[in-house]
Amino acid sequence: MSNTASTLFDKVWDSHVVRKIEDGPDVLFIDRHFIHEVTSPVAFLGLQSRGIGVMFPNRTFATADHNTPTINQHMPVADPLSANQLKALETNATKYGISHWGLGNPKNGIVHVVGPENGITLPGMTIVCGDSHTSTHGAFGAIAFGIGTSEVEMVLSSQCIMQPKPKKMRINVNGQLNKAVLPKDVVLYIISQLTAAGATGYFVEFAGEVFRNMSMEGRMTVCNMSIEMGARGGMIAPDETTFNYINGREKAPKAEAWEKALAYWKTLKTDEGASFDMEYTFDAADIEPMITYGTNPGMGIGISQHIPKAESLKGGKASYDKSLNYMGFHEEDAMIGKKVDYVFIGSCTNGRIEDFRAFASVVKGRKKADHVTAWIVPGSHIVEQQIKEEGILDILTEAGFQLRQPGCSACLAMNDDKIPAGKYAVSTSNRNFEGRQGPGARTMLASPLVAAAAAVTGVVTDPRELL
Amino acid sequence: MAYDKFTVLTSSAVPLPIENVDTDQIIPARFLKATERKGFGDNLFRDWRYNSDDSPKQDFVLNNPIYSGKILVAGRNFGSGSSREHAAWAIYDYGFRCVVSSFFADIFKGNSLNIGILPVTVSEAFLDKIFTAIEADPNAQLEVNLPAQTITIIATGENESFAINGYKKHNMINGFDDIDYLQAMKEEIGTYAATSAY
Repeated sequence: MSNTASTLFDKVWDSHVVRKIEDGPDVLFIDRHFIHEVTSPVAFLGLQSRGIGVMFPNRTFATADHNTPTINQHMPVADPLSANQLKALETNATKYGISHWGLGNPKNGIVHVVGPENGITLPGMTIVCGDSHTSTHGAFGAIAFGIGTSEVEMVLSSQCIMQPKPKKMRINVNGQLNKAVLPKDVVLYIISQLTAAGATGYFVEFAGEVFRNMSMEGRMTVCNMSIEMGARGGMIAPDETTFNYINGREKAPKAEAWEKALAYWKTLKTDEGASFDMEYTFDAADIEPMITYGTNPGMGIGISQHIPKAESLKGGKASYDKSLNYMGFHEEDAMIGKKVDYVFIGSCTNGRIEDFRAFASVVKGRKKADHVTAWIVPGSHIVEQQIKEEGILDILTEAGFQLRQPGCSACLAMNDDKIPAGKYAVSTSNRNFEGRQGPGARTMLASPLVAAAAAVTGVVTDPRELL
Repeated sequence: MAYDKFTVLTSSAVPLPIENVDTDQIIPARFLKATERKGFGDNLFRDWRYNSDDSPKQDFVLNNPIYSGKILVAGRNFGSGSSREHAAWAIYDYGFRCVVSSFFADIFKGNSLNIGILPVTVSEAFLDKIFTAIEADPNAQLEVNLPAQTITIIATGENESFAINGYKKHNMINGFDDIDYLQAMKEEIGTYAATSAY
């Protein structure tokens, strides 16, 4: 048997190792580095105090997203601390010659939305950002993962980071997806099977029919949430869907460079017979629209199911009880019919055009439930523009919804978009941690279809009944 | 930038027997607005530690004066979620130099090592022994010996060894960091970059 078969992950990782340290990490070259206002300022201070500069400023891209308002972006930012962070990003980018898409720039938006839509993210790259959802870019067959601020400083100063090579996992999902099951449901299902720590220490390749048939937007949603099962990142082999998405985008290779790139990208797949440290296989038929009931993303169930009893799960009962107590839920409760106060659609998980199309398909011809507050936040200005051009805005307006301006918004509630204490939100974002969407906020993670069904009925509702 | 050297730490420990402590609990996002690394310890475990009127929650372990020390002992899957290094900064700034758990999230573990906090992974069984020892005596001393890669409950002598790669161990014992290392290999990096496909 040949032992030269290698995985997609190995091919990309190994080609970026500048030096291997014995009994230590690999020194890994980073092709693209994204920075934002929250996790970069201390890295720039570090450069200053060491008296060193940025090695390759043209490989780093700055955008403001975490801490930006989603209304009245033309006005000065009211919170002085937020304004100060945005100013620091701009000042640092200017000082070191880094591209900066700040508030008001037509290319501004959530870092993991604007990178791909402008052709910065390409197959075979290594990509990092001081944000755990950098795993999103793995949808293109890139190795992409989140880093801490010390590592941001490393990348700025040397274009490298030092990482032990993770173990490899492959997750196959075969068959055809059921009606109303979106990529978000697929990934919430996988996380519910593996648990929130089930892929820690691994880099995941998603494979199988379901991902081959999935759009780039859908693949980004799946890879985005790899971190929610603890994985360093997730990736999907590039194919015609990938190439068609990239072709013609602003920073994508053109003409001869495109042909050359394409020839290389076509080699980026796992060879027959390559081995993984762990492999899971799921059947698409087993997946229904999902919703979470607890305080980590592994606590998800099919929307028609009841909250499990502690003894049927791994992990300690005390932590489980704490989680249900926070949510105000009980073992064996049905999820259908639970009251919903807020609906949030947006974030780097579900803030792309397909997500708003799905949302609009349910709300069209219906009205927003009176007691529900809905925050509809596009992932970027480009997505915002698409929403307007495709007539989705008209559908939303007619149904009683308003469109906000791009940013991370209520996903992490750093800005004013906070869910009040004790209130229930159905959210298309990625984390249902205690207080994630505001102190005391209670989050149920779900797909744009489930979010839309909740927005028009005011309770957790199976979207299959509305389609 | 060098940080404190870490060799042998002997201290009492603060127990936090909760699983899946994510970095949003360690420090909520609304406290990430600083542009300097200052004062994050004040907001460590903010929403578990304080009520919404900023009064301390009496039942939270950091508000219980019988527990103190430089070691935090937590349930499995500690530090999951957001990559915010602010979580590690808050733990360090509060005064911890070591976190013990049966399982750490990858990014948190890396961030901790990068700023001089030692994450020590022990077995579930040994973690239970530590919690039991602290329950019996809140002042129970633990010895974390990095050169020997062992953690010992001093009162009973029970101990376990832990893993750390040789490179990081050397860095922590000597207070070196990765940026110093990378600065020294810039020529090699430049040569690699010249051949890069991107």
